[in-house]
Amino acid sequence: MDKNKIQEKIMEKTLLIIALLSILAIVLIIGFIFLEGFPAIQEIGFFQFMLGMDWSPKKDIFGVFPMIIGTLLTTIIALIIAIPLSIGCAIFLTEYAPENMKKILKPTIQSLAGIPSVIYGFVGLVLLVPFLRSTFGGTGFNVLGASIILAIMILPTIISISEDALLAIPKSFTEASYGLGATKWQTIYKILLPAALPGLITAIILGMGRAIGETMAVIMIAGNVVEIPGSIFEPVRTLTANIAIEMGYAINLHYNALFATGIILLIIIMILLVIANYIEHKKKLSVGGGEL
Amino acid sequence: MNIENVIETKNLNTYFGDHHILKDLNTQIPRNAVTALIGPSGCGKSTFLRTLNRMNDLIPIFRKEGDILLDGKDIYSKKTDIVELRKRVGMVFQKANPFPKSIYDNVAYGLRIHGETDENKIDKIVEKSLKAAALWDEIEDKIHESALGLSGGQQQRLCIARTIAVSPEIILMDEPCSALDPISTTKIEDLIHKLKDKYTIIIVTHNMQQATRVSKYTSFFLNGEIIENNKTSKLFVDPENKKTEDYITGRFG
Repeated sequence: MDKNKIQEKIMEKTLLIIALLSILAIVLIIGFIFLEGFPAIQEIGFFQFMLGMDWSPKKDIFGVFPMIIGTLLTTIIALIIAIPLSIGCAIFLTEYAPENMKKILKPTIQSLAGIPSVIYGFVGLVLLVPFLRSTFGGTGFNVLGASIILAIMILPTIISISEDALLAIPKSFTEASYGLGATKWQTIYKILLPAALPGLITAIILGMGRAIGETMAVIMIAGNVVEIPGSIFEPVRTLTANIAIEMGYAINLHYNALFATGIILLIIIMILLVIANYIEHKKKLSVGGGEL
Repeated sequence: MNIENVIETKNLNTYFGDHHILKDLNTQIPRNAVTALIGPSGCGKSTFLRTLNRMNDLIPIFRKEGDILLDGKDIYSKKTDIVELRKRVGMVFQKANPFPKSIYDNVAYGLRIHGETDENKIDKIVEKSLKAAALWDEIEDKIHESALGLSGGQQQRLCIARTIAVSPEIILMDEPCSALDPISTTKIEDLIHKLKDKYTIIIVTHNMQQATRVSKYTSFFLNGEIIENNKTSKLFVDPENKKTEDYITGRFG
């Protein structure tokens, strides 16, 4: 074999190993969490654990249902706030903003992604919580506050991916629309957005993933009470918050129950990813005949 | 208002940034006839075409001086409704660009954006337009399938149908056959012949045989100027200008 071929082989195998390593990391993470969490689920009972309303480690009662609701509720409200804002922003950036303005807006939005989540927590604590307290009463630590902070945190993710999706739509589509006498908004609404939909859904999925996983900022403003909130003005605890708050002192079954909470979190994320991927796939077929 | 000519330009100059593209153009486009624009690449034919429906407005660095009169009215005046203008002056692009929608929705799109809500009427116009574009017989049973499944030639005829649907007076065609095979090209040319009595058609083409086949008048562009405006039958047989003769005999370009 000549030198080039050997080099080629070595590179190929090296890259294969690197690719396998990342898969290995995921397998290890999942395996480890299951290893530590599964005994708890076995002892408590899967449905008891999933659907139990009470979480009292001192009495060895572990039910995560309020926290499942808490995670879903904060995430959904965060998405309701963030989706129109971020897609609107992406449309403005790609279709309306003059070049000079883009030069200021884009780095600003990107820098939002670089702010550590604990800083978001601080801002929420200092600005949002007192505002919610004086406006809606109660302690001010509630679902709405957590969702608003989450919404701001996922803005840069959804904006930048939506922007890429909109920019990827061939100019020929919009030209054709303008050529027929469509206004700018008609073109955006009827041609650009439908064509970019699969990409927009991807953007939303990734934003959603970040919202579900976010821990620190949520702990600081959500109130962390283990109860199903009666309204968005009541406190809530998310699955991630539960793990982070109690991990420091948990032992025995309590310790394993926190890992089991992690299992539930993984399962929720996987279910949502599968649903989102399915929608995205469906849309791709119906929009582009598979060609977009 | 000139009955014979639908479009008239007066001292038209256009620029992309610092590039001076069209230079002092004074020309007329005759009504209800096919006018071909020929000339080497980069001579300003397409820019001229896209100035007629203000498509160049989409490019921030575009600038123009002088007037373009459509039925005697300046299309770049502040009073011009650009939506109305583009409805009157339709455009078929170089590369077929159907929307990623069904065949039906592609044709219905123009009607809907102009406020048509009567579904029966839309049905009728879609059918009429597809028939006028000589596409109906080939796709009659699949008009609700994606337009992207059509062949290149069919897609281009769909784009013509889509343009016809909003009943323009003028159809601008920017090298509509450059990406098509000879059979599809023949179909488009036959279509142009069918449409020429009802519409004013302005077609940019690099194919001089095509210009002689489809057009009644031809304008020869060179370096942003119109060298010769003439009847096609005259321009290609007995050109008045030496440069035209050099070009059509293949001495440059």
